[in-house]
Amino acid sequence: MNIQDFIQKVETEFDQITPGSLKPESEIKEFFEWDSINALVFIALVNVEYDVEINAEDLQQSQTVHDLYTLVESKSQERA
Amino acid sequence: MGLFSIAHCRVAGLAASVPKQVMHNADYDWISPDERVALIKTTGVVSRRIASPDTTAVDLAQHAAEQLLAALGWERSSVGLLILVTQTADYLMPASSNILQHKLGLSKNCMAIDINSGCSGYINGLAVAAGMVSAGSIGRALLLNAEIPSRNTSARDKSTFPLFGDAASATALVFDQHAKPISFNIQSDGSGYDAIMIHDGGMRNPVSAETSFQLKPIAPGIERNNLQLALDGIKVFNFSMREVSANIRALLNAGNETQQPDFFVLHQANKLIIDSIRKKMGENADKFPVSIDRFGNTSSASIPLTLVTELSGVLKSKPCHLLLSGFGVGLSWGSCIVHTDQLLIPTLYEV
Repeated sequence: MNIQDFIQKVETEFDQITPGSLKPESEIKEFFEWDSINALVFIALVNVEYDVEINAEDLQQSQTVHDLYTLVESKSQERA
Repeated sequence: MGLFSIAHCRVAGLAASVPKQVMHNADYDWISPDERVALIKTTGVVSRRIASPDTTAVDLAQHAAEQLLAALGWERSSVGLLILVTQTADYLMPASSNILQHKLGLSKNCMAIDINSGCSGYINGLAVAAGMVSAGSIGRALLLNAEIPSRNTSARDKSTFPLFGDAASATALVFDQHAKPISFNIQSDGSGYDAIMIHDGGMRNPVSAETSFQLKPIAPGIERNNLQLALDGIKVFNFSMREVSANIRALLNAGNETQQPDFFVLHQANKLIIDSIRKKMGENADKFPVSIDRFGNTSSASIPLTLVTELSGVLKSKPCHLLLSGFGVGLSWGSCIVHTDQLLIPTLYEV
């Protein structure tokens, strides 16, 4: 997996994010709140795309897009 | 129990009933209009049916059963087993199935029992009913699934109130030497008992004037008391993703099935869960019928309701190979493979 691919998938999934606007250093909260719906949509996306399981606490600890990517990547490597 | 197979039991017919009253999630003004749009898109629930205050799950079940008995032309005295699957019974005791035995005019020789099972309740109920019919002494059985979850959700809880709808179904099972076996894969894990629960009102936490009725803020948009349904959406989602597709695959691999099922009918938990399980299995959307848009999550009635509302044309006219899968409260989950042939299905009954 790579971060550009990850960003593209997130931008496609979330209508409220303009494609091309998300950068690795972007603060997540500038784009959306981790409310229950957004959290569920993100968790579903990475489960289907990367076969990883993420919980609510994991999300709360991620500040930037890069943090999120690292989270998914580390869970993915744990599985391998 | 895991994997097992039940011979000599055939599904003969299927009926469902829903309340007439429609509630639209676009009107759910406890949350903002933007939130409503996101909620409808993600959960897939546009509207759902809500029972009037004087209607219970037993009433809905009675209507479904009456429709089915009339369509089949069964003598009431010929029904030897009545199983009611519900988590919204009329009373703590007696069992609501006893009340239904009387209301439906069934024989005193009819065994009537309740099963407390929710999202996986159609599969659990089918396994118990088919197992008893298979033994050969009971020629005809009725499996009823009836739920009015709208009655125990808090209107100030966006994580439950807009999801659930009320419905009932009746399934007719008959002893048949030539029936194709129904194969099951049923599992449970009580370590997750608190992912979906009503905390008070049982014997562990009896109703208490001090603690049961107080509305408590849980999270933004979520206020409920201890007698109302609590649901941990992310925990349930992760459980479903971890267990359901694996359970289905194990069942498909275990059988001597040479062909893939015509349809995968999943418990209508929410659209995101159904879509995610489907994508994980690499299947097309047209094999996964969905009724959640108009009826919401109707707990143990959601699979038979979907069969009636989405597939009755094909089920009535030709042989079908169905994979059914329920998952949730318990935690409990299970799947089964059923072969049907020209099922008798009366039109959806609106109460």
